[in-house]
Amino acid sequence: MRVKAKTQRLWLVVGAMTALGGAGALALTALGDKATYFYAPSDLAGKPMPTQAIRLGGMVERGSLMKSGHTVHFTVTDNARTWPVTYEGILPDLFREGQGVIAEGRIDPVSRVFTADTVLAKHDEKYMPPEVAGSMRKVEGKVT
Amino acid sequence: MGFAHASSFPCPPTTSCLFPPHPAWLIPHLVHRFANPARFLRIARWATPLTLALGLVLTTAGLVIGLFFSPPDYQQGESVRIMYVHVPAAWLASGGYLGLAIASAAALIWRHPLATIAARAIAPVGAAFAAICLMSGSLWGKPTWGTYWVWDARLTSMLVLLFLYLGYLALSAAEGERGNDRKGAAILALIGAVNLPIIKYSVEWWNTLHQGASVSILSGKSAMAPEMLAPLLISVAGFSFLFSAIVLMRMRAMLAEQRVEARSRRLAEAVA
Repeated sequence: MRVKAKTQRLWLVVGAMTALGGAGALALTALGDKATYFYAPSDLAGKPMPTQAIRLGGMVERGSLMKSGHTVHFTVTDNARTWPVTYEGILPDLFREGQGVIAEGRIDPVSRVFTADTVLAKHDEKYMPPEVAGSMRKVEGKVT
Repeated sequence: MGFAHASSFPCPPTTSCLFPPHPAWLIPHLVHRFANPARFLRIARWATPLTLALGLVLTTAGLVIGLFFSPPDYQQGESVRIMYVHVPAAWLASGGYLGLAIASAAALIWRHPLATIAARAIAPVGAAFAAICLMSGSLWGKPTWGTYWVWDARLTSMLVLLFLYLGYLALSAAEGERGNDRKGAAILALIGAVNLPIIKYSVEWWNTLHQGASVSILSGKSAMAPEMLAPLLISVAGFSFLFSAIVLMRMRAMLAEQRVEARSRRLAEAVA
């Protein structure tokens, strides 16, 4: 039976797209965490300390924020491990304890403290009006 | 010279272009159903004003509710309102590219006369939505994150989407000028489709500054308060109808242009 030209083209496109998808998947796998924008404290643990500038991300641990003049100290946590950070400069408006943060800087090889040059606030996917957030905090407060 | 691109309307050799359709075109019925330009024009005649009216009404409603009557966010404050433009633009830029890729596949496989026209009609509209998404996101990023731009996986893959649209437009225009059937542009559109799952899952596969999805259509889950979700969904519906209306208008204009070209070509041949 003679295969119609358009059927042939259909399989060609399907085959090419499958191959392309496979190649893409391989490339992404090979890319791995090199495409990551920041490392969580757990990603850094147990590895040789990077000497170049990196980004450290996670939550600002509640109760860890200390200000002295223009310098702030806080702890970044991913709920498994924590990392101490110091930063001198203006913090973004959304920077607060319990919220996501990404700090750009270097790890001091001796003290292992992360010294940030830039601090970005990371927003989460929750959207709600202030009243709802307020009443939720009240409920949480009663439970704990 | 000048009339060399006679093949932009690929017809089976023994049939006329518009009517009656060649039986072979009707075989995979669903795919071929709208491939006939005459039938398409009949549908588009009423679908264009309908989608345009729905698009204008719903977009206005969504934006008015979102910008003036929805609550501010507990973290972002008033800048949350950028979302009512940003999210629909982002979804339509990605959805539009899916349409561009499907139309390009149909153009390559079945050589539908309408498929290339659909792809060409979608591309600049999708590019505009991608640009709106990037700009509105940037304006939101400054007060929220503290920066207009970072090279994280989500932002970068969205920028790549804009470049893919622009690449398609440039290649398609160049091929059209040379009078061929824009096959290269169609192949580019298909290759670029690899970027779509990367955009969607970038926030899950890698650590990104951009947050994860708040709303999942598939699972019906939402991390967004209903009084914010409602205007967002109205706005998404409005943007979608507007997108369709603009694409339909562009397709009708392109078909009319082709008809004029074909007519002047016939006239020129009759004179010669």
